Amino acid sequence: MTVQPRSSLAAALPNESASAGAEVCGSSVGNPVIEVETKAAEKVDLPWQVVVHNDPVNLMTYVTMVFQKVFGLPRAQAEIHMMEVHQKGRSILWTGVRERAELYVQQLHGYLLLATLERTV
Amino acid sequence: MEMRRDGDCIELLDLDPFLAELLRQIPASTKAEGVDSAERRLFSEPAAATEKELCAEWKVYVQPELRRLFGHATDIVVADLEQLASNEKPFANCTLRIPTRNAEAWLNALNQARLAIAAKFDFTESELSDHYRSPIGSRRDLSLFQVNFYGFLQEWILREVDCV
Repeated sequence: MTVQPRSSLAAALPNESASAGAEVCGSSVGNPVIEVETKAAEKVDLPWQVVVHNDPVNLMTYVTMVFQKVFGLPRAQAEIHMMEVHQKGRSILWTGVRERAELYVQQLHGYLLLATLERTV
Repeated sequence: MEMRRDGDCIELLDLDPFLAELLRQIPASTKAEGVDSAERRLFSEPAAATEKELCAEWKVYVQPELRRLFGHATDIVVADLEQLASNEKPFANCTLRIPTRNAEAWLNALNQARLAIAAKFDFTESELSDHYRSPIGSRRDLSLFQVNFYGFLQEWILREVDCV
């Protein structure tokens, strides 16, 4: 399952902050700290991907079961992702905000799957 | 060995002493035992090495939780394996009953064991998929058999749990 991120919100917020920051900078001359903080927030809010990597030890049926449990996927869709991992070496299971992506990766590590977080850009 | 479902239990009947011993070895096999490759596999990185802050935080906040989770699963398996310790005749075949409520803990512990053994012996993909390997002639062969036997058990438990 590749769920699209809360794109409008996630993408909009940093920009809004940036313009708000610009106004503040305009009224109180030269306050570079605000701009630095805005960049940091923007970095965190960018969509992240949850990627599962191939592993010759984990059983195909086990990986399918884990995808069903963690992402609530129907079996057929879980099997498609499992086969993508098996044949292409990796599959993107989810895309969205970092906090939730971290939670998914933690759950996948709990099932001992090779999973990582990746920035989308 | 025969496997069957009996109500809320998965039964392994007529276990010969060799297979019973392999089952007893599950808890010990889950330990990385200071082998870096096994430790790295059980506690893999959450992101590319360039994400230094994320990886560092993961070690501090998430890995202890994963250790607790893995340890809890292994403890459940240890308790179930007590059935094999009480066999009065050491060379007699025996029976192991796994309550279905413990199935997930078994799947986890078996996976820990398979991954740790495979990492310690650095088994290749072709070795792992060679199910017609010649009889056990070395410690490496025995460990490969162990990985495959645990995998067979996982498959069977998954099938039974799916039927619940």
